[in-house]
Amino acid sequence: MGVREHILELQDVCITLNGQTIVEINRTIKAGEVLTVMGPSGSGKTSLLAYIAGFLASAFQASGRIVIDGKDVSELPAEQRKAGLLFQDPMLFPHLSVGENLRFGIPQGHTNKQELVMHSLQEIGLAGYADRDPGTLSGGQAARVALMRLLLSRPRVVLLDEPFSKLDAALRSEIRLQVFERLRKASLPTILVTHDPADAVAANGQVFQI
Amino acid sequence: MLLLLAIPIGVGLLMVLLPAFGFMPAIGGYEFTLAHWRDLFAAPGIVRSILLSLLAGVVTPAIALAVVFLFMASASATGLDRWVRRFVSPLLAIPHAAAAFGLVFMIAPAGLIARLVSPELTGWDRPADLLIVNDSYGLAMIAGLVIKEIPFLLLVAITVLPQLNPVQRVSMARSLGYRPSVAWLKTVAPGLYPLMRLPLVAVIAFASATVDVALILGPTLPPTLSVRLLGWFGDPDLSMRFMAAAAALLQLGVSLLAVASWLLGEKLVSKLYRLWVHSGNRLGGDRAIFFLGRTLLPGALVVIGGSMLALLLSSFSLSWRFPHALPASWTVQHWVDAIPGMSTPVFNTLIIAAVSTTIALVLVVGSLEFEQRSGRKQSSAMWLLYLPLLIPQVVFLFGMVIFAEFFYWQPNLLLVIFGHLLFVVPYVFLVLSEAYRRLDPHWSQLSATLGASPSKTFWRIRIPLLLAPALSAAAMGIAISVSIFLPTQLLGAGRIVTVTTEAIALASGGSRSTIATWALLQSLLPMLGFLVALFVPKILWQNRIGMQEG
Amino acid sequence: MFRKPLKVFVSGVLCLLTGSGWAVEEDSAEWLSIVKEAQHQTVYFNAWGGEIRTNRYLEWLAGEVESRFGIHLQHVKLADTAQAVSRILAEKQAGNLNNGSVDMLWANGENFAALKRNNLLYGPWAESLPNFLLLDADQFPEMREDFTVPVEGYASPWLRAQLVFYYDSEYTQHPPGSMRKLLAWVKDNPGEFIYPKPPDFLGSTFLKQAVLELLDDRTALYQPVNASHFEQVTATLWEFLDELHPWLLRRGRYFPASGAQLRRLVLDREIALAFSFNPHEAALGIASGELPASSRSYVLDGGTISNVSFVSIAFNSPNKAAATVVANFLLSPVAQLRAQDPAHLGSMTVLSLNKLNKADRQKFLALELGAAAPRVEQLNRKLQEPHPSWMAAIEQAWLQRYTAN
Repeated sequence: MGVREHILELQDVCITLNGQTIVEINRTIKAGEVLTVMGPSGSGKTSLLAYIAGFLASAFQASGRIVIDGKDVSELPAEQRKAGLLFQDPMLFPHLSVGENLRFGIPQGHTNKQELVMHSLQEIGLAGYADRDPGTLSGGQAARVALMRLLLSRPRVVLLDEPFSKLDAALRSEIRLQVFERLRKASLPTILVTHDPADAVAANGQVFQI
Repeated sequence: MLLLLAIPIGVGLLMVLLPAFGFMPAIGGYEFTLAHWRDLFAAPGIVRSILLSLLAGVVTPAIALAVVFLFMASASATGLDRWVRRFVSPLLAIPHAAAAFGLVFMIAPAGLIARLVSPELTGWDRPADLLIVNDSYGLAMIAGLVIKEIPFLLLVAITVLPQLNPVQRVSMARSLGYRPSVAWLKTVAPGLYPLMRLPLVAVIAFASATVDVALILGPTLPPTLSVRLLGWFGDPDLSMRFMAAAAALLQLGVSLLAVASWLLGEKLVSKLYRLWVHSGNRLGGDRAIFFLGRTLLPGALVVIGGSMLALLLSSFSLSWRFPHALPASWTVQHWVDAIPGMSTPVFNTLIIAAVSTTIALVLVVGSLEFEQRSGRKQSSAMWLLYLPLLIPQVVFLFGMVIFAEFFYWQPNLLLVIFGHLLFVVPYVFLVLSEAYRRLDPHWSQLSATLGASPSKTFWRIRIPLLLAPALSAAAMGIAISVSIFLPTQLLGAGRIVTVTTEAIALASGGSRSTIATWALLQSLLPMLGFLVALFVPKILWQNRIGMQEG
Repeated sequence: MFRKPLKVFVSGVLCLLTGSGWAVEEDSAEWLSIVKEAQHQTVYFNAWGGEIRTNRYLEWLAGEVESRFGIHLQHVKLADTAQAVSRILAEKQAGNLNNGSVDMLWANGENFAALKRNNLLYGPWAESLPNFLLLDADQFPEMREDFTVPVEGYASPWLRAQLVFYYDSEYTQHPPGSMRKLLAWVKDNPGEFIYPKPPDFLGSTFLKQAVLELLDDRTALYQPVNASHFEQVTATLWEFLDELHPWLLRRGRYFPASGAQLRRLVLDREIALAFSFNPHEAALGIASGELPASSRSYVLDGGTISNVSFVSIAFNSPNKAAATVVANFLLSPVAQLRAQDPAHLGSMTVLSLNKLNKADRQKFLALELGAAAPRVEQLNRKLQEPHPSWMAAIEQAWLQRYTAN
């Protein structure tokens, strides 16, 4: 994969709910860096991710600018921001096969999608799984497919919303390592939202406490 | 969309409001007067008619809801539950009139049940002279309404249930020592009820204004207000139109009063219910709930099934006198007779149902998708959508005919389709909206972060994920469209014949076998719709575990 | 199947044109121009669609007028004739004066009276139909009166009807021959009789039959009702009904909706005695399995109410020529023979057999009516319909009296 250096800047971002400020942040995340956002549940971590990704609920008000690679994307619709997202669940589309899930993320105009899908599956140790029902994958396999789907969509920044919290302990550290390694290799600025200190340690970057 | 649907109804209402107060130039009504209201209240037995309508409006939803809740409390996630769920939607397809006919033929003194035990057990060689159907208190009518509303409420409940995480709630309560059915009633039911309020209001309005079920099963001396009002509208003495219009407004008032009494009763019941929930009683009545829940609802479904069987037997019978349990001689003549005249009505029925349901789906999905994308909450004006279900049909349809005439719109298929839309849209909305709003927003967000445009997200993610509920909603729309009589008859001037107009015309003078044949035909078309809705997702997603419903 | 080529019809017209009383030349030219104008018109015939036999007869009619005159006839099946009345009214209200949706309609009694009173009918036209002469209206004044309301050419006769009683001979061999005897019979056979609830047409007819029989002097009934003598005239009727009701099926707490339900009740052995406005009801019912084979019919000793059904044309029909041609064809021997034939419609013809040519007359006389039919001489015992205002007044009073409060 051709690697391009991306950079994410949060300039004076401030999210309020009913006039009450819940998040205020001003940070720059460089390529391959992970910013870990920590805080108790309900503190607005997820709202921050939603604002960056472009679908903050209308009940919230937000100000400040989100700048990706020097361009202000604050007014762009979600699908044009190229901010990849991982949730707690892998959220593989249940009506699509594993291969189709990967394919869904590949940008239009890519010439040889089929080959890319095959290749990617091989890379995550799931060669031959293209036609499988995502419902039949194990938790770890699904998590890897979800990550690969995200990477195939060629994001410029990555947002992780407690992606490891639902995995069992043994699997958690393994997947965590894989994720960070791949993100680093892809040189993507990443924001990780979590309340697990171990995540922050593994992320090995700046920590922002709400 | 709202205006498109609400304006004609408003105009229709106005066209009834004027004559109710004496204004109708075509038959010489030029001055405003209250005389017609005096006539109305002087009509014999009018108070009783009003009370009957009111009673049906309040008792029907109460019993149906209780039966559905008891069932869900006692049978959730059992084999029985799965079995019932499979049959509930096809049963919804049976038009009210058809089910009512079937019921008469089950429970009447000369009905199937009496025939099965006569003369051996009863000694009857002529049927007992008992007033079972058409009884003076409308009990048979309410029974007929209840067995038809049970599948509807059950379907609605099943649709909205998952968002309450019933399994979690019940297991939580069980871990606190509650018996399962008590746990369901105490933790899930209070959350489920508010989600069912709107469909319940539709049931109340329908039950308090029903014409076909009341005609077939209801009392005759006097009949319900709705039946009398239709009679007055159809009275050859045209000056009766004034009183009919006044009665139409009165009917509207009665339906609203039924809804109001329900909401009032709801407050009272919720207080009592809270006391019971808070009492901490963990076992109370578990056995009774278990027993009632597992017998009443399946019992009601069996009755509908039995009614259909009675119709089926009847449609193949040549000579079938009391007390024979089976016809003495059989014939296919009734079906053969029906075939030559079948093609036009079946074709029209399918066209009207398909077009109106498609338009309704587009409108409903469009407005729901808009709601999703704009992130705006449902506007309170959405209530307007349910106006056609709330206002008795005769009330505004006659006005609409005058309105259409005013613009020289000749009765045609388009006008009829539009008339159907008024009823199809609210039901499609009712069935689909919960599923649509409930769909995890993460799916669309995820799709957007993967770079998919809103339209790609809509077509590739939302539509497939919502295929099953959308097909259910479509089947519901088709069922409604197929069963609609008055709008077809009035807006089509009788020129647009459908299976239902044909069935109703024949019901006024046909033999039991003829009626049975057409009633079955009338049930068959929407049943196909429900079967498609049931099996297409099953076949399509047979290799997708995540798409199979619990 | 009885199907005569065009020739017969034409010769029938010719025969009549050379007959008496018809202004031959201009009218025949006029008629031919009407027939010409009628070609390719579509006639929406609004008629009660509650009976398969009638529906099928009208299907046959549609085929005939299509092939004979190029007229497209569509039967608009009504559950209730008042629907069509409403429709015409709504059109008038909205100012639709010449493009109405109802062309022709089958309407009688109150419906016809209401249409005529409110000027919703086209006319007069009926007496200038070529086939009108076959009715011998001078001999049979009922061809010019619908329930005593003068038709005045605003409607054309179609069929004859007469109230006929039928009974299950398996249950009883001696049905009552009069209203008084009926009362006695029901007391001996409680629950074996019922009548449809007024204002159902048949139910109201039962009331009219009763009032006619119970009165010694019927003259008042043939004039418009007036409030001053209504109670006095109907007093015996209420006395009779009050005494009758406790002995009826369900003890008078329920009344069926229609004649069709009476048939069902007889088949179910709920009742043993019923009545109909179609003299061939029993025969037809046996054939279709709606009535037991043991059904037999008869006319009351003192005669029963008889009337004539009419078809009329809406004032705003855009297809009046074709409707006129169809009405005339309905009066042709071919159409009337089929109407009387129990294998098809099984009604009674309005034609005067004396006015037919010998061949046609023979065909009518040759129809096989079956054991269940009333004897022909019984059908001569006819009573005329009272003035329609009586029907409405009696229905009102009945509802007032027997509706629970």
